[in-house]
Amino acid sequence: METINTTLLIIGGGPAGYVAGIRAGQLGIPTVLVEGAQPGGTCLNIGCIPSKALIHAADEYAKTMHYAAQTSPLGIKVDAPSIDLEKTVAWKDGIVKRLTGGVGALLKKQGVRVVRGWARVLDGKTVEVQPHEGSGQEPVRIRCEHLLLASGSHAVELPFMPFGGPVISSTEALSPSEVPRRMVVVGAGYIGLELGTAFRKLGSQVTVVEAAERILPAYDADLVKPVASSLERLGVEVRLATSVLGMEGERVKVRDASGVEAYLEADRVLVAVGRKPATTGWGLEHLMLDMNGRAVKVDEQCRTSMRNVWAIGDLTGEPMLAHRAMAQGEMVAEIIAGKRRWFHPAAIPAVCYTDPEIVVAGMSPGEAAAAGIDAISASFPFSANGRAMTIESTDGFVRVVARKDNHLILGWQAVGVGVAELAAGFTQSIELGAQLEDVARTIHAHPTLGEAVQEAALRALGHALHI
Amino acid sequence: MGIHVIKMPDLGEGIAEVEVVAWHVQPGDTVREDQVLADVMTDKATVEIPSPVAGTITSLGGAIGQSLAVGAELIRLEVAGAGNISADKARKEPVQSGAATAAAEEVAEPQLEAVAAHASAAPAPAPAAAPAKPAPAKSAPARAASGALQRADGEKPLAPPAVRQRAWDLGVELQFVPGSGPAGRITHADLDAHVAGRRGGAANGAMDERYSEQHGEHATQIIGLRRKIAEKMQEAKRNIPHFTYVEEVDVTELEALRLQLNARYGQERGKLTLLPLLMRAVVLALRSYPMMSARYDDEANTLTTYDAAHIGIAAQTESGLMVPVVRHAESRDPWSSAAEIARLAEAARSGKATRDELTGSTITITSLGALGGIVTTPVINRPEVAIVGVNRIVDRPVIRDGAMVARKMMNLSSSFDHRVIDGMVAAQFVQSIRGYLEFPATLFVE
Repeated sequence: METINTTLLIIGGGPAGYVAGIRAGQLGIPTVLVEGAQPGGTCLNIGCIPSKALIHAADEYAKTMHYAAQTSPLGIKVDAPSIDLEKTVAWKDGIVKRLTGGVGALLKKQGVRVVRGWARVLDGKTVEVQPHEGSGQEPVRIRCEHLLLASGSHAVELPFMPFGGPVISSTEALSPSEVPRRMVVVGAGYIGLELGTAFRKLGSQVTVVEAAERILPAYDADLVKPVASSLERLGVEVRLATSVLGMEGERVKVRDASGVEAYLEADRVLVAVGRKPATTGWGLEHLMLDMNGRAVKVDEQCRTSMRNVWAIGDLTGEPMLAHRAMAQGEMVAEIIAGKRRWFHPAAIPAVCYTDPEIVVAGMSPGEAAAAGIDAISASFPFSANGRAMTIESTDGFVRVVARKDNHLILGWQAVGVGVAELAAGFTQSIELGAQLEDVARTIHAHPTLGEAVQEAALRALGHALHI
Repeated sequence: MGIHVIKMPDLGEGIAEVEVVAWHVQPGDTVREDQVLADVMTDKATVEIPSPVAGTITSLGGAIGQSLAVGAELIRLEVAGAGNISADKARKEPVQSGAATAAAEEVAEPQLEAVAAHASAAPAPAPAAAPAKPAPAKSAPARAASGALQRADGEKPLAPPAVRQRAWDLGVELQFVPGSGPAGRITHADLDAHVAGRRGGAANGAMDERYSEQHGEHATQIIGLRRKIAEKMQEAKRNIPHFTYVEEVDVTELEALRLQLNARYGQERGKLTLLPLLMRAVVLALRSYPMMSARYDDEANTLTTYDAAHIGIAAQTESGLMVPVVRHAESRDPWSSAAEIARLAEAARSGKATRDELTGSTITITSLGALGGIVTTPVINRPEVAIVGVNRIVDRPVIRDGAMVARKMMNLSSSFDHRVIDGMVAAQFVQSIRGYLEFPATLFVE
């Protein structure tokens, strides 16, 4: 068996692993990256990117349907729009292919050797890679000084409703062969709502079943309200405080809080009840690492309990976000190169591509109160923002949370069409330690949604101009 | 041009791993035959590795402090002629070690470029850069006195990412850096001021160099002899339940005798210190307590006692503690012992001591001489079971026949492995030594 010796071995080519690889390459660390599927991981292949592509296509199609209904105040009329889903999916696949190909090229440019196949950990310094069947390649053994684990996560399966047949995960939902007539979405987290909304816009009858009392339980009620009313407007049925009991034929059996059972007809059932770290099937157990629940336990430098074995990304648990994983990967590469680094971000932003979008960075008013901070908060509605009116989306607001004593900004939240792009400014202001005055005294371009950011800060200071 | 690979030589029985403690060459250096390439260290002896060929160094087999298996690639040279390894093989598999034990493999196959790159990326014991302190004449910026927000307990320091990264690079903990920016934000200037130690005197209103804060951090790799010492001490303390017994000994007579002997025989036989006399007392006491000259293999549950008294003498050298061994101390008179101690101490200090001279002791004596203090808690030289420590000799008032007299008193602080030595036996052993020392004629009679 061929043996490869290297300094750094990365298992997994998702956002965590490939960024670690690129940075390690830049720093001159001999690096090998093992990936069983396409580089790019969940994010590029079956997550962030394809879902955003599908959501965009659904939005565009929904617009034409809106015009066809001749209810648009813009005066635009179209006749009988239709969608060629096969073409849509091909377009989406093209984007994915361009990005994964780009990742491969970036790794190659930095001299990172990519070994294709599924890794199996033998010990903290040795990994065996089994090539794909029929590839004609021999298994290889890789020995390393530093082992970086970045195996990612899987969609959680319901034991009484395993994936297969009509029951699908987000992966299958992103490559639909047809638009299902009736779709049941289990779980009203961001994945379920994003995809449920997209399929509704593509023409499915969608029912979302959620065990909690409200949708997007991870976000505060004010933020979620515009999303809830939009779902209602779109005709998505939402059943809250309702448990899924299983499949009976082509129907999903559910029970609501009062114990009443019901059956929901479904051609497709999308189970989106969360993700779990990918800890099995690749020899992780041989390392006997300390765990943190289902995730691998790491310290603030992403060290595991074994020396020179590191873990980053979804494998290390929540928040399972690509940008967190990338930052961890970059950091670990720098530590291995001898730099002193810690994973101490002031804020990790999060975005939901629901309709409308939600973006948060830092603390919500509730989190600040829970942390015992005397905080003030203020919001500015898009109904008072000119740009929002010109794009027909005055739903939503921008909210800022700051310390009362020195006006240090603790967090931002926003909901509204296109607000995901505000994440950059939000996070930057927190990282730089901005005060309300810093944002209030920054000239924000007019007419943009960003003016609502400045106005929120002004309002927190007690002198908003446009409300 | 060919490739010549020098492997880690087998340096003696049972040695599987050898630590690299110094490189005398770097990749790119040209070396001649017999030039010393590296110092490596086994259990205790340091060995120089010479080059068997002339050539140019292309790569080193490991970083300083790294342990390499015997047979692992130590160094690689480009030589005129064929070399001892084919180019093809050299590229594919740098190490073809016969000793393929798991432990050996672990360290035997570092990818060579990998090591070189790593070494350059992470220089080993670089002291964290703490810029030189400015002359006291320079006045601290007025900012120092301004209302920098005092951080509450547990409150995170507030600093932009660029300042955070610079603080990491400088080894500064931002928690202790006052922030002068709005909302207590730490600026680059604050960090500069903190590093320069300008804040130290701010509280007094003036700079005072005597009380300035210091911010250097100096990482030292614990390698070579120091690592061995660390390991041995840790093992001894972890495995052995130490039992320490301190007794005072009246050495007035012994000192009088020693001065006499030195006055009379010093010229021809050499001067005696207390140590050779103590060694003789230990040898005599061992006759009644043979279990004290022993080595205890706690894994095999075997206590081996020795009729011989191979006495280890703890000696301070520049690089750390070493324990050269006076073999067969029972066969030596005090002058012979003294000569042997002097010879071994010199060998140890100059680094010339051989492996045999540094191993095989069955009991150890440790003495800090004039720095002996009142009491010590010696750490047993594992796998031995006893160590005798010598404390300082002082004139002390002692009651003799109802009257107070000045006597030269010295404490013996001895530790024993309580797993195999009972307290009573240990006490009797020390009392026996004391008996010989207090009636020094017996040292020469028995």
